[in-house]
Amino acid sequence: MIKLTHVSKEYPRRGYALRDVSFHLKKGEFAFLTGHSGSGKSTTMRLVHMSDRPTDGEVRVVGYSSEKVTQRHIWKIRRRVGFVFQDFRLLPGRTALENVAFVLEVTGTPRSAIVPKAQRLLTQVGLSPKSGAYVNELSGGEQQRVAIARALANEPYVLLADEPTGNLDDRATRGVMDLFWDINAKGMAVLMATHDLELIKRYPHARVFELDHGELVYDSAEAEAPVEA
Amino acid sequence: MYALREAIAAFRRAPVLTGLSSAMVGLALYVVGLFGLAAYNLQLALSSVEERVEVAVYLRDDARQSEIDLLLTELAAIPEVRSVRFISKRDAMARAQVELPEFGELFSDLEVNPLPQSLEVELRPGSRNPEVVERVSQSALLYPFVEDARYGREWVDKLFTLRRIGAATTAVLGSAFALVAALIIGTALRIAIFARREEIYVMRLVGATNGFIRRPFLLEGAMAGLLGGAIAWALTYATYRGVYAYLFEVAWMPDGWVALGMLAGGLFGAFSSTLAIRRHLEAI
Repeated sequence: MIKLTHVSKEYPRRGYALRDVSFHLKKGEFAFLTGHSGSGKSTTMRLVHMSDRPTDGEVRVVGYSSEKVTQRHIWKIRRRVGFVFQDFRLLPGRTALENVAFVLEVTGTPRSAIVPKAQRLLTQVGLSPKSGAYVNELSGGEQQRVAIARALANEPYVLLADEPTGNLDDRATRGVMDLFWDINAKGMAVLMATHDLELIKRYPHARVFELDHGELVYDSAEAEAPVEA
Repeated sequence: MYALREAIAAFRRAPVLTGLSSAMVGLALYVVGLFGLAAYNLQLALSSVEERVEVAVYLRDDARQSEIDLLLTELAAIPEVRSVRFISKRDAMARAQVELPEFGELFSDLEVNPLPQSLEVELRPGSRNPEVVERVSQSALLYPFVEDARYGREWVDKLFTLRRIGAATTAVLGSAFALVAALIIGTALRIAIFARREEIYVMRLVGATNGFIRRPFLLEGAMAGLLGGAIAWALTYATYRGVYAYLFEVAWMPDGWVALGMLAGGLFGAFSSTLAIRRHLEAI
């Protein structure tokens, strides 16, 4: 599903953000990507999402290789990879339903199917009663649920989430995490970047990748040692 | 269909921003429109003067009719010549009496008509320049029964110098105004697109193709350009009516110019939007 092979990323001024990172996230897996600020989590997510290309090595996502896919065809990957952000990145001035419907519309869903499908997605994330509410009328947790519904709109194979609970209180965090687990239980792979070790400890069955100064220092599938703060 | 719907929706969602963009486009094109109006009227004035450029071929009194007919045929065969008209001595006198009434008494006292018979050579539009009139004159002067051939060399030279200055000024100032208008339109649409960068980001994020993302913005740019063109047309027309009513008589531009200006506004709007959106498409 997601395979990084000896991936390095060097920025002209910052130097190496990632150095020789390799891991393989398989179909249906749930994995946390953790590490301190500046450890390379966001860079990894950007590379997996093909928003950026590695300096060395290869990133393979849902069958597409970073070495071969052109910028012109990047949309094919994006429709197979859902993305959820810490700051939700919803469109203001539109309702929850319109935010989800927008994705369906711009990816070519037949017009008659858009609203029913958007409603169904909002029901799936437990926001059906608030589908007509504008983004600024929703709480943080609710906005994140809309963002998740939006990420699911294209029925992706894998869901990427970059610090999705970073702006949420504990209760909203639990709700959103339960939602991710439900989605994962239906067979979708989830890769979640977070620096919150307490959160990771609550889910001992998830796989954990730990980055430190751009290097992969821990992969729970290959090591027995527990994650340390 | 989606592109058109989104383009219209964008106008509806942010009427102030799109209204301001169109107003900026309109004002920029208004300056171009005013310049077009001035350039067109200058061209009309010069053309009306230019129409009077012709060659007068004066003939000796003893020229035979067959010789005159031969010359008339020869001159009429020159490609740049539109028509050749024979003016007899009597015609010349009749015209002089009409055109110079202050000498009426003098003309009627004359026992012999001193005015020569002549050929008036009218040139085709576009050929009324010093080189052609000189060539036509020289052709006529080859005939022994031709007394003289005149076209007012100094006057024609000055007219064409003036015309060249007019053309150069039009080209340079027109280009400068068009460039300034282009920059203003480009900036206005860049601002409008910048305000919607998040939307573009989301579209890229979820896998919309570049063409799909670009189309509504392209249409929106074209619509802003056309709307700006309509504003510019209204302002230019109001100015024309004002000048016509209170200052002096001017002519309105041909419909083709107006249509071309509005079309240029629309096309440039679409082009500017395409350029402005490219940066955002490369951002993710």
